[in-house]
Amino acid sequence: MKSRPDDALNLDSETMEKLRKKGVSRRDFLKFCSAMAASLALPSSFIPQIAEAVANKKPYLVWLEFQDCAGDSEALLRASKPTVGQIVLDILSVEYHETIMAPSGHRAEKSLNDVVKNHKGKYLVVVEGSIPLKDDGIYCCIGGKSALAIAEEVCGNAAATIAVGTCATYGGIPAANPNPTGAVGLKEAVPGATVINLPGCPVNVENLTACIVHYLTFGSLPDTDRLGRPLFAYGKRIHDNCERRAHFDAGQFTQQWGDEGHRQGWCLYEMGCKGPETFHNCPTVKYNEGTSWPVQAGHGCMGCSEPNFWDTMSPFYKRLPNVPGVSVEKTADKVGAALAAVTAAGLVIHGIGRAISPQKNDDE
Amino acid sequence: MSDIKRTYVWEFPVRFTHWVNVLCIIVLSITGYYISNPFIYALSSKQQIMGLVRLTHFIAAYTFMMSVIIRLYWSLFGNEYACIKEWFPFSGEKLRTIGAELKFYLLISKKPLPNTGHTSLAGITILLVYAGFIFQIISGFAMYSLTHSGVIWTALGGWLLAYIDLPMIKLYHHLAMYVIGAFIMGHIYIAWFADIRERNGVIGSIFSGYKFMSNHK
Repeated sequence: MKSRPDDALNLDSETMEKLRKKGVSRRDFLKFCSAMAASLALPSSFIPQIAEAVANKKPYLVWLEFQDCAGDSEALLRASKPTVGQIVLDILSVEYHETIMAPSGHRAEKSLNDVVKNHKGKYLVVVEGSIPLKDDGIYCCIGGKSALAIAEEVCGNAAATIAVGTCATYGGIPAANPNPTGAVGLKEAVPGATVINLPGCPVNVENLTACIVHYLTFGSLPDTDRLGRPLFAYGKRIHDNCERRAHFDAGQFTQQWGDEGHRQGWCLYEMGCKGPETFHNCPTVKYNEGTSWPVQAGHGCMGCSEPNFWDTMSPFYKRLPNVPGVSVEKTADKVGAALAAVTAAGLVIHGIGRAISPQKNDDE
Repeated sequence: MSDIKRTYVWEFPVRFTHWVNVLCIIVLSITGYYISNPFIYALSSKQQIMGLVRLTHFIAAYTFMMSVIIRLYWSLFGNEYACIKEWFPFSGEKLRTIGAELKFYLLISKKPLPNTGHTSLAGITILLVYAGFIFQIISGFAMYSLTHSGVIWTALGGWLLAYIDLPMIKLYHHLAMYVIGAFIMGHIYIAWFADIRERNGVIGSIFSGYKFMSNHK
């Protein structure tokens, strides 16, 4: 008989005892490790390796917040059955997190400085929120330092930085037109840092956890696409894994909110769903411990994990973006119709001109 | 109206690709519009309307691409009227004829230009239209490459995704359909107009290949 994965586990009892005290049983822990292996598309033979890494390594982690709504922190902390979030917080030594840390003021800043000074090149950073560059970055300052200065110092000296949420990755909503603060994503603000992007509004905690677990297990960040997003989470298009895809191919579309098609769970394409434009693992991993995700709940995808989504994916309830440079009400079809009308009118006028103009010189 | 010479202008590849393009553009426009804005709905989930429309669009797109490739090839190896030089009428002599040509089309002048192949204006138009065709092909394959990973799709259009956001590619691909539609309206009208005014059988020439050119200048 093949050995079961946990036979190979050599979890030291102290770690298990600590986890048990937090209400995480051995069974929960192994379930978590299996789920992580599955999320990272690894075979089950990696589970012992993951379990060992997660149980024994305890890296320092700081969580920076810039121009954000703390939605990613919320996503981490508000998980209904907090095994994932709890395990992450337990396996990591979270030294700094503005929203949830107990110290404040200088004491808080001191813990950040201590990590940067004492664990240079070894700690992990999670960044949430965009960084304003306009007017020397005065639009986001913490403890008298600009977001850019903090990011350069903290992320520049870190082993790796995980940018979570669309703001930290690509500027997100603060960077939406007209971008008054000159907001950019972390990689653009600090090009020298080792950054992996986990966009989404908010980030899916399962993906964040899997990223950290990958780092603990293999000592490196997972493979990424051209936008710096890990392929295990952003390698597939939402539209191609969507549970409503069959209705798309059939030609069954919701045409109005609450109509018969909507009640039948038909495709939300005509309601402006941006699943065909968006790469994310929402349909398979879902949110809040696999409870649901927007399309399952009956609302189209907004493309929140793509760069510039606020500008290019809107209007959210229409198929195509507005034509740039013209007033917002002019959609592509209106411009097209206008073009056709102008052409037709021109031809008619030309034809009438021809018909009424004298014919005497016709033979030249 | 002295002697009229029957001149072979449009060789077979030129006429062939012209009509393949016509068919493809009609099919691509209808299916493409359906994909952007479905106007027929399935009565049962066993149907495959969107699936079939997309299949048709993709097959027509491949056909169209091949047709464009054949025409571009022929612009290098065909006769003088198919030659790519006709698409770039930017020499001083050729640019000067544009004014006279515009006068003719704007009904100011009654005198047609003695042109066997493309006029200068037609040359510029075909250049712009083919630029539009090539944009449609590249942007189309950029979208196609989303679900077809491979070097071919990246080379044919996937690279564009690094420069233009995907929703904007979709918008421009959609808008270019209307621009091509406007071209077709103007194209048919001017061919009709020229056929009547120039009396050289230009409409028939795209079927037969022959134009009727009067010898006297």
